[in-house]
Amino acid sequence: MSEPAPKPQHLLWRWCAIGSAVLLLAVAFGYVGGWLAPKRLTAQRIVDALQHNGGVHPGYRRNHAKGICVAGYFEGNGAGSEFSRSEVFTAGRTPFVGRFAVPGGNPYAPDGSVPIRSMALRFSLANGQQWRTGMNSMPVFPVSTPQAFYEQLQASQPDPATGKPDPSRLKAFFGQHPETAAFLAWVKTAKPSASYATESYSGLNAFYFVEAKGVRHAVRWQVVPEAKDAAPGPAGDTDYLANDLRTRLAAGPLRWHLMVTLAAPDDPVDDATKVWPADRKTLDVGTLVIESEQAQESGPCRDINYDPTVLPDGIEVSGDPLLPARSAAYADSYLRRTGEEAHVPGAAHADPSRQEHP
Amino acid sequence: MNAPHAFHPLARLLHWTMAVLILAMLFIGVGMVTTVSGKHQWLLAIHRPLGATLFVLVLLRLCVRLRFKPPALPADMPALMQFVAHASHWVLYGLMLAMPLVGWAMLSAGGYPVMLGSAWHLPPLLPANGEVFAWLRLTHRYLAYLLFLTILGHMGAALYHALIRRDDVFPSMTFPSLAHAPSPEPVITADDASSIPANEAEGHIVEPAAPAPTRPPAAPEE
Repeated sequence: MSEPAPKPQHLLWRWCAIGSAVLLLAVAFGYVGGWLAPKRLTAQRIVDALQHNGGVHPGYRRNHAKGICVAGYFEGNGAGSEFSRSEVFTAGRTPFVGRFAVPGGNPYAPDGSVPIRSMALRFSLANGQQWRTGMNSMPVFPVSTPQAFYEQLQASQPDPATGKPDPSRLKAFFGQHPETAAFLAWVKTAKPSASYATESYSGLNAFYFVEAKGVRHAVRWQVVPEAKDAAPGPAGDTDYLANDLRTRLAAGPLRWHLMVTLAAPDDPVDDATKVWPADRKTLDVGTLVIESEQAQESGPCRDINYDPTVLPDGIEVSGDPLLPARSAAYADSYLRRTGEEAHVPGAAHADPSRQEHP
Repeated sequence: MNAPHAFHPLARLLHWTMAVLILAMLFIGVGMVTTVSGKHQWLLAIHRPLGATLFVLVLLRLCVRLRFKPPALPADMPALMQFVAHASHWVLYGLMLAMPLVGWAMLSAGGYPVMLGSAWHLPPLLPANGEVFAWLRLTHRYLAYLLFLTILGHMGAALYHALIRRDDVFPSMTFPSLAHAPSPEPVITADDASSIPANEAEGHIVEPAAPAPTRPPAAPEE
């Protein structure tokens, strides 16, 4: 072995410099990853809060857990092509896999427990792109930011004594959040519907349609049903929605019109609590045709994450702060439930002692 | 000694370009899966095309690594240290290859379109399958943690060579003209060594090596 180089001067400082460089990089990584910032709102904390309120139901979505898969196609009429270059708006058919659901984290919740229903769609375009959207049967979202949504989840935590949210905490939350007024006004008169088929579903968040030339238009969309026999849900039955859908589809396909509303220049595009005035230009860009349904436990919608930021060329996200939060939280919920299906280490298991459903 | 005294300039360019991009990629990845802010969208939009770029770069780098012989480690390095150096480099190569492939396969299994821009996308590597997605998604996460730890070790070791041992390992990946230690074999002087163009050293590879190698060729120290 050759003679080692002479011992360098300031050896301690040299070791400190090496240690600091490595430590600094590790701490920066820990900070960005949220481990060293325990108060920062993360996707994982939002899903933890949903899971806390709805319970852990392995394999199921952490929100809108109860639902049913559907499949069909969108028949574009070409009217949307003036505003978006996406292939989905040209005249012609685009197949989709969809899902109807009821909000909340409990897959066994009674259908009448909430007056809201949701519709999610994943369009598979011929060019290989996808358009995913998750819509709700209400005109506005209660809150405009992820932080406020997290606070709403905390205020709705079930009281251990009653198993229901504490009304005083909810009241305090809504008092501190005046932006919830439009939602509260709507929910006051809303009744749980007897059918998924008679509801309108709104995309809530604004997006941009992009023309072939690159011109952007702020839009919101809503699907409006052809079925007009809306009725409140029957008392005493907890699972009427799936049965109603099955019965209707046995008689023939169900149809909705995809209505796209264009914003005026001053309309808010980053605030899902505010509706746009009713006189805004609205286009019927085509018909959604649902042909079949399937139980979600084995249906094609089970392993789809209806992340509303998965968009084709020709549609872009707006600056609405709820959109990135939905994307991040849905991804975390998706990983949890697929991990439970795959029995990866650390995934939640079904607790046989707490079987809530046959 | 027919090994060059420094890495080929192309190897050095690839090393430092990828060092910056891979560190950025790790921070983007760990940030985008936790944040609920508007950063989530643009971090995600960078992550996929950058991953595809890194995959192309690592393939190129492997070709460069196999074409141009890397410099040997200093002969006075303890055997265990030499082993760790060689092993960690192949771990780094393995992870650099695996990360983009696992990411691509994971998005395919999740049924996501693998978008590299607003319109451009890669074909799926696997059919959609939620359970396969979950395994690949966790693999992507833990391989990323392993890659980050290996990089920390690699960085610490490089600084150890530069600041404590003060041998020629650090200059061989940065500025070879800064190499100062005299060659163990006094065939050429230090002045001669620093004036050898890199491609002259590379010429040694095609020469039939006169003495039969008694140990496997040195793995890269980079």
